[in-house]
Amino acid sequence: MAEVMTKGVLLALLAAVLGVGSAAYAEEVGDFVLPSSKAAALENCVEPTEYMRRNHFELIRHQRDETVYGGIRGDSHGLSGCVACHVGYDDSGTPIEIDAEGQFCRSCHAYASVEMNCFDCHATVPRGEAWNHEVAAAHAHLTGSAAARPTAAER
Amino acid sequence: MNHETESMNQGRRDFLGAAAGVSAAAVAPGVFLHTPVANAAPRTDPVTDMHRWGLLVDTSKCADGCTACVDACDSENGLNLQAKPHGQDELKWENQRAVWIRKVKLQDNLTGHVTNLPLMCQHCEHPPCVDVCPTGASFKRADGIVMVDRHTCIGCRYCMMACPYKARSFIHEQVDHKLTRAPRGKGCVESCNLCAHRLDNGDISTACAEACSAEGHQALIFGDLKDPMGPLRKALAKTPSRQIRQDLGLNTGVRYAGI
Amino acid sequence: MKRIVYREWLLQPQRYWGLLAILAAVIAIGGLSALYMEHHGHWVTGMTNSVVWGVPHVFAVFLIISASGALNVASIGTVFDKKVYKPLGRLSGLLAVALLIGGLLVLVLDLGRPDRLLVAMTTYNFSSIFAWNIFLYSGFAAIVIGYLWTMAERKGQYLQKPVGTFAFLWRLALTTGTGSIFGFLVGREAYDTAILAPLFVVMSFAYGLAIYMLVLFYAFDADGRPIGPAMLKRLKNLLGLFIAAILYFTLIYHLTKLYGAKNDGIETFLLISGGLYTGLFWVGWILIGGLLPLGIIYHPELSQRRDWITAACGMVIVGGLAAMYVIIIGSQAYPQEMFPGYNVIQFGAPGDIGGQVAPYSPSFPELLLGLGGVGIALLITAVGVRVLQFLPESLADRDVDPHASARSPA
Ligand code: SF4
Ligand code: SF4
Repeated sequence: MAEVMTKGVLLALLAAVLGVGSAAYAEEVGDFVLPSSKAAALENCVEPTEYMRRNHFELIRHQRDETVYGGIRGDSHGLSGCVACHVGYDDSGTPIEIDAEGQFCRSCHAYASVEMNCFDCHATVPRGEAWNHEVAAAHAHLTGSAAARPTAAER
Repeated sequence: MNHETESMNQGRRDFLGAAAGVSAAAVAPGVFLHTPVANAAPRTDPVTDMHRWGLLVDTSKCADGCTACVDACDSENGLNLQAKPHGQDELKWENQRAVWIRKVKLQDNLTGHVTNLPLMCQHCEHPPCVDVCPTGASFKRADGIVMVDRHTCIGCRYCMMACPYKARSFIHEQVDHKLTRAPRGKGCVESCNLCAHRLDNGDISTACAEACSAEGHQALIFGDLKDPMGPLRKALAKTPSRQIRQDLGLNTGVRYAGI
Repeated sequence: MKRIVYREWLLQPQRYWGLLAILAAVIAIGGLSALYMEHHGHWVTGMTNSVVWGVPHVFAVFLIISASGALNVASIGTVFDKKVYKPLGRLSGLLAVALLIGGLLVLVLDLGRPDRLLVAMTTYNFSSIFAWNIFLYSGFAAIVIGYLWTMAERKGQYLQKPVGTFAFLWRLALTTGTGSIFGFLVGREAYDTAILAPLFVVMSFAYGLAIYMLVLFYAFDADGRPIGPAMLKRLKNLLGLFIAAILYFTLIYHLTKLYGAKNDGIETFLLISGGLYTGLFWVGWILIGGLLPLGIIYHPELSQRRDWITAACGMVIVGGLAAMYVIIIGSQAYPQEMFPGYNVIQFGAPGDIGGQVAPYSPSFPELLLGLGGVGIALLITAVGVRVLQFLPESLADRDVDPHASARSPA
């Protein structure tokens, strides 16, 4: 998190050289990652941050077709990965809906005034995620034997 | 169901549970050596037509009053998270909420014999729902699973008109709670996808078949119709089975024994 | 032969704006109903997973097939070279486009995701008859507009015949296509027959003509243009012919269904035991939509009277809506037969319908949305005839066909 802030400050300084107006811009963009999210502790998103800012939708959309038609769910470019990592938590450790006011997806999309309708259908907090890529990878060594997997209740 | 069978089932369940534990301990370390890589982890290559997934329902084993498969499907696919809209009539809501699998009870007109069976999307080889869908949102995956691409479904419900099995549901209401693995939203159509998320992660099972076995009924056998050595083909070889509405020539992936 | 003069609709401004205001209100209410259903989702309608297409589809399909039928009048003029029908052609084209737009709007607004219309327009599944229909509809609108141009523009006159013929063939394809939307549904007993397509074609002839006549009468009365008795007779005889054709094809439909023994369930349902649907079939489809108007049209005295003919047209329309209701909703309410030889005693949770007749009661918003579509069609027509020259100045017999009236001094 400290790094993010340092980065923000650096960017702001850099921008300040170029012009005051853009300084505000850079600072605000950097702010959207929530301190309580897993993402805050990471150096980078799944791709370089600058790239993600511009192209995340292309990645998500590409992955969406791979998943729907090809059944490839393990890749890191899927929407469930975004939610898992960027979702914020309240003081009690409960995840907050990522499209809620002030949360990661919503605040940036509001700022850029770009419509967002992923969450018409997709879950806004990680829920029943046992089969998302992280957990599946963790269970990979078990998956050969049908009997050894956790039952529905455990998931 | 009398006491004897009850306790027998209980016994079998315990036995299965124990066996599962043993096999987990015994097999898990060796899995990497013996399991084909394609099945061991989340897939990295697109599905192919090397497999065609299907089910065999042995109606003689399907128990009266048991809803294990339905309940398992509901929680696996987040169907139990649907909420009746405020003020909606109870019975009408039952016909509006999404249902992927339902228990059907039949009585033979001649003999009066009663048969129970679960009915879900039959994963037709020649699916009418796919033929009629104007946008191509209804599609058949290479491995035979028929599903809906929610991103292109416009909610015209033509597929529901076309399906002979009432397998499809329209989402009539705003959906507030959903699982990560089972997206769901107002205005699209959906149906059973044979737990594709499990298969894609290398888990060859469906929630319904698993639950049925856990109850000790073994009325549902899931597997690969193209694998002659697999459990499904073996079971099909043992029992005569047919397709519902066989006359339509849809070559369904779900087969029924005992009707 | 006299040159036909076309003139804008010369209704007094107060009446004209009053009419527009009423239509606008109907449309606004329809629009609000659509918004309401869209906002809440379809649970507020009568539709369920058993009856997936409700009253909006009844109106939409009715309007769409009427659209292709309304073009019929123009086709008779150009394609079959019946001179007397020529002055009727322009209104016929306008009405066709207007009805089509009204019907399509209802269809679109009843989608689960109307916001994805763009998806529907850009992603096609060519094995889907529905996707083909999207082409047929948009092509129809384009061709009819071109056809109108050839009728209105001197430079385009030499194209009138080929374009008109093309439009005629296209409209046959369109109605056949609409009929096939249902005809291809193998899983529903009522639809599984090829006779549905020709049935839809004759229905479109009758409904389209009935609407055409009503609009024509109203417009001509409103600004005092004459319609000659010979013209009136021609139109009503044509309508009579189409009504008879509907009755004939309805008979054929039920005979083919009865002949295929496995369909006697659905036949009993539609003809005898289906309650509301049986009532709508006999009273709406057959009596009001068929026998009564036929009786009027061939009655020696009533058939001379404009108001009775107007009533007959109205009956055809009411009967048409009843027929659509029976075809679209009745056949969904009828249970899908999955287990021959068995009685379905339980199908999912109580309320989940299988093996028995599915309940459906239309909700108000559905009905209002459908009426909104009618409003749109009429609004387009009203504005069209007002600002452009669609209506001939006179349909008095001597103006339309001087030779005929010379031959029979009436
Ligand atoms: S059972 Fe119905 S939904 Fe499933 S593939 Fe066949 S037609 Fe489609
Ligand atoms: S409702 Fe969706 S999946 Fe079904 S036919 Fe229409 S677009 Fe295709």
